[in-house]
Amino acid sequence: MISGARGQLKDERRERGDGGVRRAPADRRRSGGRRRSPRPIHVQFRTIISPHQLNSRWGRRLYWLALVTVIVVFTLAFVLPLYWMITGAMKTPEEVAEMPPTLFPAQPTLDPFFEAWDLFDIGTLLVNTVYYALGGWLFCMVVDVTAAYALSKLRPMFGNVILGAMLATLMIPPMVILIPLYVTIVDLGLLNNPWGLWFPAAANGFNIFLLKRFFDSIPRELIEAAQIDGAGPVRVLWSVVLPVSRPILGVVSIFTIVTAFKDFVLPLLVMTESDKMTISVGLSQTAGAVTQNQVMGGLVITSIPMIIVFFIFQRHIMAGLTAGSIKG
Amino acid sequence: MGILRRNLTAYGFLCAALFCFAVFAWYPMVREFILSFQKTDLINPPEWVGLENFKGAVQDPAFGEAWLNTVEFTLLALLCGYAVPFVVALVLNELRHARAYLRFVVYLPVMLPPIVAVLLFRWFYDPGPGLFNQILDLVNLPPLAWLDSSSTALISLVIVSTWMNMGSATLIYLAALQNIPSELYEAAELDGAGVFKRIRHVTIPQTRLILLLMLMLQIVATMQVFIEPYMLTGGGPENATVSVAYLMYQFAFSQMNYGQAGALGMMLMIVLLAFAAFQLRTTREDAA
Repeated sequence: MISGARGQLKDERRERGDGGVRRAPADRRRSGGRRRSPRPIHVQFRTIISPHQLNSRWGRRLYWLALVTVIVVFTLAFVLPLYWMITGAMKTPEEVAEMPPTLFPAQPTLDPFFEAWDLFDIGTLLVNTVYYALGGWLFCMVVDVTAAYALSKLRPMFGNVILGAMLATLMIPPMVILIPLYVTIVDLGLLNNPWGLWFPAAANGFNIFLLKRFFDSIPRELIEAAQIDGAGPVRVLWSVVLPVSRPILGVVSIFTIVTAFKDFVLPLLVMTESDKMTISVGLSQTAGAVTQNQVMGGLVITSIPMIIVFFIFQRHIMAGLTAGSIKG
Repeated sequence: MGILRRNLTAYGFLCAALFCFAVFAWYPMVREFILSFQKTDLINPPEWVGLENFKGAVQDPAFGEAWLNTVEFTLLALLCGYAVPFVVALVLNELRHARAYLRFVVYLPVMLPPIVAVLLFRWFYDPGPGLFNQILDLVNLPPLAWLDSSSTALISLVIVSTWMNMGSATLIYLAALQNIPSELYEAAELDGAGVFKRIRHVTIPQTRLILLLMLMLQIVATMQVFIEPYMLTGGGPENATVSVAYLMYQFAFSQMNYGQAGALGMMLMIVLLAFAAFQLRTTREDAA
């Protein structure tokens, strides 16, 4: 976490550092026909290419060429497919099948979205998915936070053995125990019951690892002070540990919710009744029976919640991504 | 607080997690072992069949093909999904502009549910009006059959998989690259090292641990490939895209032979664990 945050910070600084330079080409253009005295490409933190090389005559040309190429390639590779998805959902079925395809919908229409909404029963699916994701998140947080707190601050006997056994589950690829997990869920009668998703989601060794490591870094004095004031373990957790742990709670929360929303295989097996399916499973079951533009309409609607989450929590998500991996 | 009381409170806090782990993480591992020696359809009571399930799994016509495909898929995915993000991260780290935008777009597909990427690409792969063949047509290349031909189906799955997963690896590498002290590059440059020598002697050694860790994670992740063959090809054409995980799913839910699926799962688990243990040992030796 700490190193992740540091990387993030460094990056921000770096971006702020070149903020002033971003206007350079415009300035140059404004200065008209006068022989340009090129502003150097500002380098706050040097990387493989040295600032000197970067600002040589050819270095600068190559840099701009590379920059433009990368931007174009990335846009084509990652934005064009999404553009195609959105415009595909605004075309008529005939136009979708047209060869060569049209770049813009001839008569943009929102009908496929409404048709998709009805055909896939997206309202129900979306409510289900959000319910499973948020319920799972709540349960997961209660279970994992209390466990990490006990392992970090109450230090019971065999605590390290338990932690080791929990982390060991990270070594087992989820697909491998899918069948026995399914059989267990069937045995317990949890088929088509949200708990069939929530219980397995809470058994998350990585969350416990991240939370425990953060709790370990909370100074002992802080907790002892609260204990002297007469606070019991629950009170300490609630009023001391949780408030200072907000950053890690945020990261764990976002990842838990996003993972639950994206999950496919377990919901495919556990939530089999059509009015209890998640949106991913629902789309996969009906996609063959509707027209292509309606499929795209469904996909766009499915994507919107995650894209909104990404816009809002971008910094947290990117910090969290490196949280576990760098020091882990 | 006495020791006893402290322990009691601690286990009070732990009991929910212990229950979840015991029933839904630890027990399934044991259950997999039991299951692989039983014949069960979850309706009739299970009976012990010894090694029958393993025999049945090995003798399945798709067994060899599934392992070959999985290995091939993993190797191809490594070529694309392991090397490409590192190179992309290297380039991104050199750029001084548009960084926020580039990071945002490369991670965007990771945020989408996999079903979106998969269904979207199914349309792109359409041999007729699909986007890819139309682009090929635009540059005067002959159309490809993509998912419908056993020679291109697997690589088509790798492309989808790379597209939707490479964002996270890229950002992890990028963070690792930013932690390399710039003095090292300066020193290398003073010693007369060119750009490629700097990459080889500074960048790669400095990011070695994360590179090894990601290699392991990625291999384990791609060995479990399921949603791509499940949604895009159904294992076809002619078993060209049956993966081990997909075969396991078929044993369990098409043939209702949970024991045989468990046996195949055991084999996959042993392979992956052996691999992870090996990798962990080399990493540790490396770090020491």
